[in-house]
Amino acid sequence: MKEIKINLLPLSDDDLLDSLERAAFGYFLSHCNPANGLVSDRSVPGSACSIAVVGFALSSYPVAVERGWITRDAAAQRALAALRFFSNSSQSEAPDATGYKGFYYHFLEMQSGRRVWQCELSLIDTALLLAGMLTAAAYFTGNAQSEAEIRQLAETLYLRVDWQWALNGKPTLSQGWKPECGFLHYGWEGYSEASILYVLAMASPTHPIPANSFSAWTGTYQWENLYGHDFLYAGPLFVHQFSHAWIDFRRIQDAFMREKRSDYFENSRQAVHIQREYALRNPHGFRGYGENFWGLSAGDGPSHQPVSIDGRNRRFFAYTARGVPYGPDDGTIAPAAALASIAFAPEIALAAIRHFIDRYPEIVNEFRLPSGFNPTLIENGSRGWISEGYLGLDQGIVVLMIENYRSELIWKLMRQCPYIGNGLRGADFRGGWL
Amino acid sequence: MCNERSSSELSNDYDRRELLNVHPPDWKNPEPVDRYTMVVIGAGPAGLMTALNAAKLGAKVAIVERDRFGGACFNVGCIPSKAIIRTSRVYAEMRNADSFGAQVPTGISVDFPAVMERMRRIRARISRRVSARRLSYAGVDVYFGEGRFAAPDAVEVEGKRLRFKRALVASGARPQLPSIPGIAEAGYLTNENVFDLAECPPRLLVLGGGPLGCELAQAFCRLGSQVSIVQNDPMFLGNEERDAAQILSGALARDGIGIHLNTEAVNVRMDQNQKIVDLVSDDYKFSLTVDAILVGIGSAPNVERMNLEGAGVKYDKDAGIMTNDYLQTSNPHIYAAGDVCSEKKFPHIEAAAADLVLHNALFWGREKLSALAIPWCTYTDPEIAHVGLYVKEARTKGIPIKTFTVMMSDVDRAVTDGEDEGFVKIHVREGTDEILGATVAASHAGEMISEISLAMNAKISLSALARVNHPYPTQAQAIKMAADAYLNTLRRPTRKWLQKQWLSR
Repeated sequence: MKEIKINLLPLSDDDLLDSLERAAFGYFLSHCNPANGLVSDRSVPGSACSIAVVGFALSSYPVAVERGWITRDAAAQRALAALRFFSNSSQSEAPDATGYKGFYYHFLEMQSGRRVWQCELSLIDTALLLAGMLTAAAYFTGNAQSEAEIRQLAETLYLRVDWQWALNGKPTLSQGWKPECGFLHYGWEGYSEASILYVLAMASPTHPIPANSFSAWTGTYQWENLYGHDFLYAGPLFVHQFSHAWIDFRRIQDAFMREKRSDYFENSRQAVHIQREYALRNPHGFRGYGENFWGLSAGDGPSHQPVSIDGRNRRFFAYTARGVPYGPDDGTIAPAAALASIAFAPEIALAAIRHFIDRYPEIVNEFRLPSGFNPTLIENGSRGWISEGYLGLDQGIVVLMIENYRSELIWKLMRQCPYIGNGLRGADFRGGWL
Repeated sequence: MCNERSSSELSNDYDRRELLNVHPPDWKNPEPVDRYTMVVIGAGPAGLMTALNAAKLGAKVAIVERDRFGGACFNVGCIPSKAIIRTSRVYAEMRNADSFGAQVPTGISVDFPAVMERMRRIRARISRRVSARRLSYAGVDVYFGEGRFAAPDAVEVEGKRLRFKRALVASGARPQLPSIPGIAEAGYLTNENVFDLAECPPRLLVLGGGPLGCELAQAFCRLGSQVSIVQNDPMFLGNEERDAAQILSGALARDGIGIHLNTEAVNVRMDQNQKIVDLVSDDYKFSLTVDAILVGIGSAPNVERMNLEGAGVKYDKDAGIMTNDYLQTSNPHIYAAGDVCSEKKFPHIEAAAADLVLHNALFWGREKLSALAIPWCTYTDPEIAHVGLYVKEARTKGIPIKTFTVMMSDVDRAVTDGEDEGFVKIHVREGTDEILGATVAASHAGEMISEISLAMNAKISLSALARVNHPYPTQAQAIKMAADAYLNTLRRPTRKWLQKQWLSR
């Protein structure tokens, strides 16, 4: 594909964001199977579908309609293709089914939609997929048959999820299940992107989990003062973003946040400031880190052999969730995660993006930001390692968070979704728009 | 003629000298007095401290030990492990010399017999402190043999009946044995025999990611073993704070240890002289071929063969002797302390328990174990130390808690020492400066945690700690920095505005 190199720096903030948002949305047009609505996890050929990316795609179609990038009918057809696929997909204990108990496997084959790589039946990825389905249902409220079908299918698919089964007899939800070994070893420990999972699970009219399940999870939270900022600790940026793509957490509080006199939106803002402070302090002495170069999150990494750089032994990781301040940190940042912080701290997120564009224009290709960039690892005359292709999750969170920053579209849609409101109230959230 | 003795000769000599202290071969048990003020079963840290201090106060005391004075900590635990950990750190620093601007010595090769000889020399030296004769000189009647309750107020040992007013059971614990098929036939090491090794195993599998497993995995790795560690949990160190466990996990990986969390050993086979361990992690099955297996999956309390039932002392074979907060057993005249009844198995916790027993048993004291802030430490590199409440514990109890965190990378001395990995976390009751607990992950965490323990025991607040001058530069400044961070939270906008008005008047 021909690379498009345009000087982005002179663009106004809104034009710049529009370009970045539209390019990110383009991922869903380029990497979707129109026959079944599945979207690939990565842009590299042969990539499997990630169900969470489908959730982001379903949420992005309304954005694209409102921005005039695709027609309403085209968006509805895309959404419908995905919803029909999941509605008709195989739900069983068979190792190559698409899902079980209303949940879906993390990765699916793009054509057949069947499970690949013996991956897990993923609770959080199912929740992100359902969030996308419910967003589509909240947006496509017209009388057209296609829009009515979208609403009906989204409702049916949400109602059939057996959240109670996923508790596995324990207070908190499991992370996943496999037909080969049953529920996975590990549960949700500490603050994470699982807020939307709990909200949807508690709001279910058919298989709700009890309210004390949410409090059992929040019982593992850590409220910390770090670098002079009070915040609910979670290391990687994506944790502070994913549930916020759909839920407007501004000025609504659960018992924990009431106790701390904060809210989850403010917490994400603090997390962004802590990321920047960490990069400024740069405890491990990586190249590039600074006031406008931050963004440790889940993403691709160099996966390079250990090497001595600037007199220090450096180890590099492949795809992993990098975090602040406890690591892992191998000098790789996720530029898309910095951009997706725009809704929380626009002043410093924009400064970071403009710095990326100015200092490292090679990482911005076709207005898209890569999953990982590491200026410490320099090879073959480059100015750093750049991950290959793009990740659907990165592009999805960029679309949704830029749009929330610009128009609050997704937040407004989901405020109308009864399940979001009911789930939040079930978790004892109060105040604000609730 | 050469005057140098070989490592093995020296080691044998150190072992003999140690034995003279901890279990003299020619020992003759004394004749019992009519009734002892206190009889102690077990000469580990808790038993020794109680017996010695009781005798110093004038009580008539007997102590019964079936094996060696000093207990597991001294003989097969803390002392030998810390000795080899120190040598392993030296090797790690030699290999890493270039990061300190020093030259890496050429041809670093580990002299394992010398490592073990040093460990024995140190153990022999320290054995004087825990010797049977020392206790005897202090006025304690020392009995070697199996101690068994003959009645609720009497213990029998080697045919002699020791009547008592009060008794303390401090019989310790032993390694928990694994139930993995094939492991008994293949053979394995525990802390009871790993310090007898003559050669460093080329490939070592450590089963269990608790303090013992992590410490020895890292030490043997640094001494040249190719080490893998298997833990059937998502993180190391059980209930420790997960950030500390994560830092440790990263440190072990950097040392080159193969880490297998969420993994269970399901079978062990022999192939010639190699041990093949079959492992399962959820649905992923694989095998590791090793030369030795070290098991550190926990310990079982020594509650057998003492006729505890006959003395009216309730116990559970897994949890040990049941005590109340005063360390009293179901027989109010009999107390228990140390590994036989404590979930946390550290010698200084035994020592603290010994003080408490002495006070409660002999002076009608009402001191509670739960009231003590007792720290503990895992001596990996970095070390992981903790005191007081964990965040999760506090939240479960409904206590609002807030943590002040300082990264060691922000502490000047840690940076100059090349020891900037880790953190200090001090937990306070939300909205106050009352210290509820702390976790330190740092190269010298075991030393640093004491300051916070002192503060907690003396009810010193975090804001008071901010007023304590610390020498600059020291790593303990991290504690003052955390206290300063607390003070800064008080200087919120209104207060800052008032201060500004005052200063600009």
